[in-house]
Amino acid sequence: MTMARATTSRRSFLGHSYSLVGVVAALVILAWTLVAILAPYVIPHSIGDIVDDDYFGPMRQGLWLGSDYLGRDMLSRVLMGARYTVGISLAAVSIACFSGVVLGMIAAVTGGWLDTCLSRFLDAMNSIPSKLFGLVVVAAVGSSIPVLILTLAVIYTPGAYRFARALAVNINTMDFITVARVRGESTAYLIGSEILPNIIRPVLADFGLRFVFIVLLLSGLSFLGLGLQPPLADWGALVRENIGGLPFAAPAVIVPSLAIASLTISVNLLIDNLPQKIRDRDA
Amino acid sequence: MSNLVEVRNLRIEAKTDAGRLVEIIKGVSLDIADGEIVALIGESGSGKTTVALSLMGYARPGCRITGGEINVSGRNMAALSEKERARLRGTDIAYVPQSAAASFNPSSTIMEQVIEVTRIHRLMPAERARQRAVELFRALSLPDPEGIGARYPHQVSGGQLQRLSAAMALISDPKLVIFDEPTTALDVTTQIDVLKAFKSVMRAGGVAGVYVSHDLAVVAQIADRIVVLKGGEVQETGTTAAILSAAQHPYTRELLAAFEPKPRQAHADADAGTKQLLRIDNVTAGYGAVRADGLPLIRAVDSVSLVVEKGRNLGVIGESGCGKSTLARVIAGIHPAAAGDIVFDGKELQRAARKRSQEQLREMQIVFQYADTALNPAKPVEDIISRPLAFYHRLDRQARSKRVDELLDMVRLPRTLRYRHPSELSGGQKQRVNFARALAANPKLIICDEITSALDTVVASAVIELLKELQRELGLSYIFISHDLSVVEAICDEIMVMYNGERVEQITPDKLKAPTHPYSKLLFSSVPKLDPTWLDGLVRDPELVSQYGHR
Repeated sequence: MTMARATTSRRSFLGHSYSLVGVVAALVILAWTLVAILAPYVIPHSIGDIVDDDYFGPMRQGLWLGSDYLGRDMLSRVLMGARYTVGISLAAVSIACFSGVVLGMIAAVTGGWLDTCLSRFLDAMNSIPSKLFGLVVVAAVGSSIPVLILTLAVIYTPGAYRFARALAVNINTMDFITVARVRGESTAYLIGSEILPNIIRPVLADFGLRFVFIVLLLSGLSFLGLGLQPPLADWGALVRENIGGLPFAAPAVIVPSLAIASLTISVNLLIDNLPQKIRDRDA
Repeated sequence: MSNLVEVRNLRIEAKTDAGRLVEIIKGVSLDIADGEIVALIGESGSGKTTVALSLMGYARPGCRITGGEINVSGRNMAALSEKERARLRGTDIAYVPQSAAASFNPSSTIMEQVIEVTRIHRLMPAERARQRAVELFRALSLPDPEGIGARYPHQVSGGQLQRLSAAMALISDPKLVIFDEPTTALDVTTQIDVLKAFKSVMRAGGVAGVYVSHDLAVVAQIADRIVVLKGGEVQETGTTAAILSAAQHPYTRELLAAFEPKPRQAHADADAGTKQLLRIDNVTAGYGAVRADGLPLIRAVDSVSLVVEKGRNLGVIGESGCGKSTLARVIAGIHPAAAGDIVFDGKELQRAARKRSQEQLREMQIVFQYADTALNPAKPVEDIISRPLAFYHRLDRQARSKRVDELLDMVRLPRTLRYRHPSELSGGQKQRVNFARALAANPKLIICDEITSALDTVVASAVIELLKELQRELGLSYIFISHDLSVVEAICDEIMVMYNGERVEQITPDKLKAPTHPYSKLLFSSVPKLDPTWLDGLVRDPELVSQYGHR
């Protein structure tokens, strides 16, 4: 019975099977990515322009998502906010996962003191509370986009390292690694060609999950006023600056929250429903 | 209903992940009388385990019983509800799995697990169940029957655990016990004890049994009748004696023929002045902390010396834990020796592979037992075989592709296989790819670590024939490590017997009948013969058994 259920919600195409949920999630992510790229060309108003006479204006023609606490166009601000939220998070998660996974695989393959030193150092990093760390860095060097990206990357590298190392240690005990070693292969070949292809799927899943964490942390930092500085605003900052509209049920506070939710939930659903390759010997 | 089990026209379907239905059991019928032991024999994928499990009304995930009747003591297991089946499982029908080690819970005592069935089905009070368990332990000739129940699974040996899982199955006085390759993972010396114990308990209780195995010689000892399966169909049914002496079906004959590989023709020593290819002197290696004398705490290999001559093969034989695989790893440099010299092709080798030159590494290749883990599952066959070509011989893409074709021809695999991933190959095919990768390096010596023990008899004998042929063509030498005497006998010029990390004896195959060392005697006499009376007639020197056997 479980099998029957599994087949009805999955479609196959090009040798892979897809689930409907995964496709919808991918479309949402794609839509937000397009928005992030094309935002400057489609926004009806500049993000700094005050276009409404009233603050926390309701949805109406011309101001499709209402106006914010200064009477600026909310639609333009959300669309531009996508740019910062998606862009900064993507950059940070790429740096974090790349360095974490590479270091993790090197540690697993090399072993010995290098493994011990790296693991202990990154464990120590892991023990620093992330929000506090972000707070200290931003307080010390000020908030700018590069600083934000680097801070977020540093916060999430140890997790990626732990994850990749645990996977790589398992692969490292396999006989084909031993065969490659006695063949005389270099560490670079071992990690790039023998280990990485075997851990890439869970690593990608971890990448997606970590992206979500970073979006949330970035939104959190912005909400605390440590993220992007006005008039630029990512979604977290939009929620914060419009929090005063909550009693008025202003769309200005609800819309960016929905944007954060839709992106993070979609990424989560997508990595849970990645297309699966159909392994069928005779077909 | 005259028979205990009557299976009629059983059909089982499996669903592939593309949603395609495949019929894996195509109309099997068989009968088992009360107290009769019937063996299901066949290669892997022949459906023998699937049929055996269906007797409990069970089909593995993704499989479905689609047709036919499975009558066990008058009830059709295929038609019962899951709840009714659950009531019969463990009480009327019991199951002994292949790997007892994997089916015991490591965190509770053996006694708890053995009597669990009586608790679940409320068969008898716990006190009564404990007594019954101790009786069974005694009947299965387990040491210390009163005390063994208090131990945890890791505190007993593999052979004992296998007998304990039989006790677990028998405690509820079932009418039918299903044995799923229960001795395949055991050493020959242990296997005998387990087989003897099973046989006597089953006889005494008059319990009917299904014995799933791919080893004809083992089956010959325990079964009354044999059912030969292939491709989900019954090929032949008959009494054990009839199948062994007058097999009708070609597949059965193939199985019988595979069991006794053609003995190797003694080398007409054309080049009488054979050169030493590999010599190791007093090599010691092991695990654990290094002591003051520079030797490790636990010595897996203890002052072993051996010589391999060019174009000749050395077999290393011994039970699991005797250090034969460690020896292979020491020679290959994977596990550096703590002491001793390794001379290869006239030159002294470094102990660790890391310090050896690329050329030295190329000339000595190692092939591992489990092709599943020895081949990178993420790469197609082509990439796996062509990596040594690129790495050692620096061939360009075109030359590599041509050579991969040649190598696939050499190991008798179709060229189209090159685009497949290892998971899409059968066990025998994987082992051939594994071997082709070693050949790709153009080695002088190939160390084969139990390369046939994960394969079915027919496939294994085909692989052995292939190795012999390649040796004739390429002038290779093999070090052949195995626990299976018949395999080693078939391919090696010299046989070294190892016990407890030490070299016990070195003999040639034609002198196999007359080993001098007591351990060799015990080992060689423990290999099952195709003769159904062999086990009952086997008399073993009790002194030898107590000295070397693992009870």
